[in-house]
Amino acid sequence: MRYERPQTLEDAAALLAAADAPAFVLAGGTDLLVRMQNDNFEADLIVDIKSIAGMGDIVQSDAGFVIGAAVPCAALSEDAALVAAWPGVVEAANLIGSTQIQGRCTVAGNLCNASPAADSVPALVAADARVRIAGPNGTREAAVIDIPTGPGKTSLAKGEIIEAVLLPKRAAQAGDAYLRFIPRTEMDIAVVGVSVNLTLDAGGTVTSARVALGAVGPTVMLVDAAAEAIIGTSLDDAALDALAAACSAASTPIDDKRGTVAFRTKVAGVLARRAAQTAYTRAGGK
Amino acid sequence: MASIAVSTTINDDDVEFLCQPDETLLDVLRNRLGLMGAKEGCGTGDCGACSAIMDGRVVCSCLVLGAEAQGRTIETIEGMADGGELHPLQRKFIEHAALQCGICTPGFLIAAKALLEVNPDPSETEIRFWLAGNLCRCTGYDKIVRAVQDAAREMRGETA
Repeated sequence: MRYERPQTLEDAAALLAAADAPAFVLAGGTDLLVRMQNDNFEADLIVDIKSIAGMGDIVQSDAGFVIGAAVPCAALSEDAALVAAWPGVVEAANLIGSTQIQGRCTVAGNLCNASPAADSVPALVAADARVRIAGPNGTREAAVIDIPTGPGKTSLAKGEIIEAVLLPKRAAQAGDAYLRFIPRTEMDIAVVGVSVNLTLDAGGTVTSARVALGAVGPTVMLVDAAAEAIIGTSLDDAALDALAAACSAASTPIDDKRGTVAFRTKVAGVLARRAAQTAYTRAGGK
Repeated sequence: MASIAVSTTINDDDVEFLCQPDETLLDVLRNRLGLMGAKEGCGTGDCGACSAIMDGRVVCSCLVLGAEAQGRTIETIEGMADGGELHPLQRKFIEHAALQCGICTPGFLIAAKALLEVNPDPSETEIRFWLAGNLCRCTGYDKIVRAVQDAAREMRGETA
């Protein structure tokens, strides 16, 4: 196995594209190094992207926020402007693992690991986040929801690297929130995760919304019916009931030791209701 | 596999070592540099016994490659005492009997030190959440939390 630390994205993409055997991008390493402990793990090449300029930066512009692929999740909560604009994204990213994991893990890595239960991914999807991807043929952009294609699988081609996660500019009177269910109080994997992102008008009516579910299907889900249930409402009880029903109806979970199908389906609705209320309050709704 | 030459700073000392590309920082610390304070509990980032501070952030050294230490600043438990003078956290762990077998203790001390550097007056809840990535199978955690609270008080200059 080789370890390479290229200085440019072009070099990193070229290294990955030229690899004959399995090759991996290393950012925070909190998934990759665990996999490396497995006897069945095979890699010819590890490409550490942390020496590439900009990978460790959070940049705010008129278009929104650019979060470099190697920014540790702990750094997100230290960026006051990001926390103010996208509190749901930051709280989701900060639920991943322990303090030690937070110091290393990245949202780009959480996305590329493609776990159905990834905490930051529903929040990114609800936020309508995009990713900038560097590859052997140049740079392209994609929506976050188009990256995971199944458990452990992504739409990234050979040689492609997520360079940054792009969060849009925040409208006034907008808010987001992420909630997950875990049987412990911390350090666990989501049994269900729900993110709600919404915008209000001056009267407190929801004008736009995005609702995303995690851990209740093979990939993250954007539930249009759930968004439609609350758009045009001021989140009254009937709207919340319709939101919860839409989220439960969209859930296609598995039974496993952490939760049954019936439990996950029910909890998806319960969490959607609570996340919507938090997002509504954060958006300035009363 | 070809060895990689790494230059880094550990506990304020310039250190150079050779390591394999798939060798963890934990293995480098223990097997190549003789710094045996960090322990391997799980090897998968769950237990925190291998905690070290890298560029100001507490990390599991079992989830860092030795090669990644190039140009970084690393703090381990061996650098915590000032010569023969124990760090307040170390003294308070002893006073409060916040350890029994001791395997987890270096990790708890490193993680608690990192906490008090960013938050000199943490609540009990903040301490418990910050230290959730450090597992102890002996103490039940209460004595550890009390030791951290007492050390924080002393470091803030308050009397107990």
